[in-house]
Amino acid sequence: MELNGIGVATFFVWLVGSITFILALKFLASPQTARRGNLMGAAGMALVIAWTFFTVDGMLENWWILLVGGLIGSVVGVLGARRVPMTAMPQMVAIFNGAGGGAAAVVAMAEFLLDAGNGGDLLGLPFVIATLLGAIIGSVSLTGSIIAFGKLQGVVTAAPYMLPGQRIITGALFVAMIGLAVYIAGFENSVPLFLLYVGLALVTGVVLVMPIGGADMPVVVSLLNSYTGIAVAASGFVLNNYALLIAGTLVGASGGILTQLMCKAMNRSLFNVLFAGFGTAGGGTAVGAEGEEQLKEISAEDAAVLMAYGKKVIIVPGYGMAVAQAQGPVRELMDLLVDRGVDVEFAIHPVAGRMPGHMNVLLAEANVPYDRLKEMDEINDEFDETDVALVIGANDVVNPLAREAGSPISGMPILNVDQAHNVIVLKRGRGTGFAGIPNPLFSNEKTSMLFGNAKPSVEALVSAVKQA
Amino acid sequence: MDATSVSTFALLAALFILVLAAFVGYEVVSKVPTMLHTPLMSGANAVHGVIVVGAMLVAATAEGPLRIVLALIGVTLGTINVVGGFVVTDRMLEMFRKRTPGGRG
Repeated sequence: MELNGIGVATFFVWLVGSITFILALKFLASPQTARRGNLMGAAGMALVIAWTFFTVDGMLENWWILLVGGLIGSVVGVLGARRVPMTAMPQMVAIFNGAGGGAAAVVAMAEFLLDAGNGGDLLGLPFVIATLLGAIIGSVSLTGSIIAFGKLQGVVTAAPYMLPGQRIITGALFVAMIGLAVYIAGFENSVPLFLLYVGLALVTGVVLVMPIGGADMPVVVSLLNSYTGIAVAASGFVLNNYALLIAGTLVGASGGILTQLMCKAMNRSLFNVLFAGFGTAGGGTAVGAEGEEQLKEISAEDAAVLMAYGKKVIIVPGYGMAVAQAQGPVRELMDLLVDRGVDVEFAIHPVAGRMPGHMNVLLAEANVPYDRLKEMDEINDEFDETDVALVIGANDVVNPLAREAGSPISGMPILNVDQAHNVIVLKRGRGTGFAGIPNPLFSNEKTSMLFGNAKPSVEALVSAVKQA
Repeated sequence: MDATSVSTFALLAALFILVLAAFVGYEVVSKVPTMLHTPLMSGANAVHGVIVVGAMLVAATAEGPLRIVLALIGVTLGTINVVGGFVVTDRMLEMFRKRTPGGRG
């Protein structure tokens, strides 16, 4: 780029864009400012894109690429983002992230092809390393995100899937890719070998994510999000574009720390999440009686009376509430109980649902006031003075097995639901939770089960409370 | 400065920017409460949608079938990322909006 007037102005446009990106993330620290921050980021993004379009030579020559790609991308993006139910948000983020990773890989590849095609001397080492990095990380993010999407959507088995000789295959892939990278960078800027390298990276994304259980997908999506950021930063390096460089690095770093925070909420290390093959290794299934213990059932009327005449009720929402879209009736139930003088609070486990904050989003949608939503540490001491703990479609986050050794979820902090005087569990069926392990809470003598889809069950509770 | 030292200078500047941006990312996210982690992941996801600019630059110099195909894929995927990312984040955050002002946070 020449540093004439427009060239200098471009730097300032990148600067403004970068500042809006930082503020977008910063404003997410409070619900009051979060939305404004996101809109600001979008405006900054629009500025950078528009500026690139109007100032870079050659945009008009290949206008149809921009038109077709932009049109398809916008339609898919808007429809996907608008149509998808709130419960499917995690999948949606995974897919958008995969798209970004794919774009980063394609950009790195195209830049390598452009310069490697000229023949002659080897390309500069920093340039080649950046294209190699962008291509591998972007590709892993693309296929990894697609598998994560499949697992969350239920298209791909949520259970951890280990290939025979998993470790050897993974190791061989990495050795092959490193070998190719060294050869491409140091000896020959070969286009076919670069394509082979990208192909191996695409396979690697699949191989890395398949052995991870569905319950851990949020962590994986967050990690892949961070990867895409790094791939974008690498592309920024290749293109000498500081907007890409800053935005990519920003996301790479913030995604990394977010991934760590999520692991910490489950009391597991990232290494454990990625390589432990959650739920496959023995030990887990041995603990706790398998299957059909006698579960005590309760009618909606009896459950309603327990709650309506209690002093304190704690509602524990989980993924089942999200799937059933039961947050509206849940709020109605809360209102009725509060009107009768019952103290009602919500206990929110950090990883309830499929993503941290998932429950908060849904309950906020249903207009449940924030001050009734309590985080785990805040409310865990209150269960022993609670008359009824109402568990709505939550399982692993209330599983007392987590306190014992030898279970796959050992050490994960849980809500002390089993300390409440009575526990009522709304559950769709008798199966195990997402982590695929039995839950002794359900066979506890204080626990009664109300089977059925969460929404009709809560609605039944609502009408029963009205008559209680 | 001659051409080589100009490009070395640009390289070092890029490295500085990279390290500083990483620190900013780390600091900014450390303060976000758990309940906003999902929108945060989604918002960060939208920000790396800036890769669409990279894809546009590829498109501007695209010649030959392979590079044109790559440019088309890049622009399409990048647009999905940036448009979908911001719209879905906005939709999540919209749900945090309906609260009485002055009410507890």
